This record gives sequence, C-alpha cells and structure tokens, in this order.
Amino acid sequence: MNVWIAIGVTVLGCYAVKLAGLLVPAGVLERPVVKRLAALVPVALLAALTAQQTFADGQVLVLDARAAGLGAAAVALVLRAPFLLVVAAAVLVTAGVRAMGVG
Amino acid sequence: MRDALGVGVAVGLSGFAFGVTSAGSGLTLMQTCALSLLVFTGASQFALVGALAAGGGPFTAAAGAFFLGVRNAFYGLRLSQLLALPRAVRPFAAQWVIDETTAVALAQPTRRAARIGFVVTGLSLYVLWNLTTLLGALGAGTLGDTDAWGLDAAGPAVFLALLAPMLKTGTERAVAGLAVLLGLGLLPVLPAGVPVLMAALAAPVVLWADGRRKGRGDEE
Repeated sequence: MNVWIAIGVTVLGCYAVKLAGLLVPAGVLERPVVKRLAALVPVALLAALTAQQTFADGQVLVLDARAAGLGAAAVALVLRAPFLLVVAAAVLVTAGVRAMGVG
Repeated sequence: MRDALGVGVAVGLSGFAFGVTSAGSGLTLMQTCALSLLVFTGASQFALVGALAAGGGPFTAAAGAFFLGVRNAFYGLRLSQLLALPRAVRPFAAQWVIDETTAVALAQPTRRAARIGFVVTGLSLYVLWNLTTLLGALGAGTLGDTDAWGLDAAGPAVFLALLAPMLKTGTERAVAGLAVLLGLGLLPVLPAGVPVLMAALAAPVVLWADGRRKGRGDEE
C-alpha cells in the first residue's frame, strides 16, 4: 500500500510541475536566482543519489563491487563514451568483480 | 537523425534498466509500469524506487522524486513560448515535457519544426520507455538474482551519466561535492530518504556562498 501512496504522490507532483511550466506566465520563474537554483538542485540530488546507491547498504556505508562498476562508468564518461556504454560498463564490471568473489 | 537514434537507444536501455531496478526493489509489475506510464521522467522514477528499496517512507521517497522533477517546469516555460500551444492542448502536452523532448524542440529552426520535433520525440520516447520498462520488469523475474548480474550498478551509473554534463563550472562541482558529503554523512543518522533531501540544500548553500564572494569582490 505504501508503495502505491508513493507512486500516487510522485505521479501528481511530477505532472503538476510539468504542467505548471506550460501554464505559468513567463516572468514568474524568470528571476535569475530561481533559475540558478533550479539548475543546481538536480546537480545536488543526482550527486547524492549516485553516492548513496553506490556506497550504501541500507543505512550502512559499504565499499563493494558497485564502487568498481561506478569507477568504470566514470572512466567511460571521461572517454566520452555514449550513454549505453557507460551503463553497460558499470553493470559488466560490477558483475565481473562479484563473479571473482570480491564484492 | 543519428542523434535521434542515439537518444532512442539510450532511453530504451534506461527504460529496461528501470524495469529491472524497480522489480529488484520489490515493486510489482503493475507498480513499475504505472510509474513509467504516469510519471514518465526517468531520474525521478529511479530515485523513487531506490528510496523505497532503501526503506524510505512513501512521502520522503516521493519528495526526492518530486524535487528531481522540478526541472521539467523550467523546460515547460521555455517550450510554452517556443511552441505556442493552445491552452486546451497543454494538459496533454505536459506529460511529454522532459529532458529529451526539450533538447530536440529547442534545436529546431522554426516553430513548425519545433512542434513536429516535440511531438515525434515525445510520442516515440513514450512508447519506447514504457515498452522497455515492461520488458525489464518481466526480464528481472527470469534473471533471478539481479545483483549477481551487476544490475544494481545500473541506477547509479544512469545518475552519473545524467550528472556529468551538468558539472560545467566550479559552482556545479562544489554543489555536487557538498551533496555527496551530506548524502553519505547523514545516511547513518537520519531516516532513509531524508539524507538525499538534505543534500539538496547544497544548492542554495553554494549559491549563497558564491553570491557573498562575488559581492565582496565587487566592493574591493
């Protein structure tokens, strides 16, 4: 049930912000501070989410095969690999490290 | 055309990864598909299932997803001027206001081309995203232990790939660095899902510090 509540709230919230952008008169969101903040909040969220989903196991911080996978993804990104390869590198390296019984 | 194909492949793969991740997080097939059909903004969906899997409450999990979706409001703002959609159409067009449709529409030289680009990208990605989500969720069951395949690394890799092009200046890097510290540092002490929301505070903090530094520079 909790999951459906979370889904319902997310559906409504995410649709509302999409629609708001189309309906709100220009100018309301055009203030420089608001624009800067809107650009920076996703940066903060994505960075925190990346770190947590790599190093967290529940509420405990761990270092396991996922870190190697993320490292591979980072290398792929630096080499300007396409999105597909970036994700594939992370998945393959993580699986590989686990198969060797390290993580 | 090659760009469109590249976007399609990338979206298809992340749809598949989302289906697998969501199923691995314990969501049912119905729940997974409902998210892709009704939320249709990838980062928010990944964030939601990740937060739920980590044991977050429904409202904290939804809040993280919501804040990631807020950027779409700014896309909508640009698009409403560019596309000049009739009011009656806007509630339907809204669901397709996402990163990829905005990027394609903004790249077009004329309003007509922008409208066509928005509709074609929106429709094809909507179909593709939902189909691949379904396949991923179905596939997760036959894969067995998704962790053994390394698929739990797909979520963070998707986030990193979305994040990387945003890290253009020192400000963005400072925000990202502070957010990582907050997100990991608060993880053991706050309830699941809350640390990510606290990490979002890195944005106003760095912006404020930037403003102060610039302000002081002007005085000198």
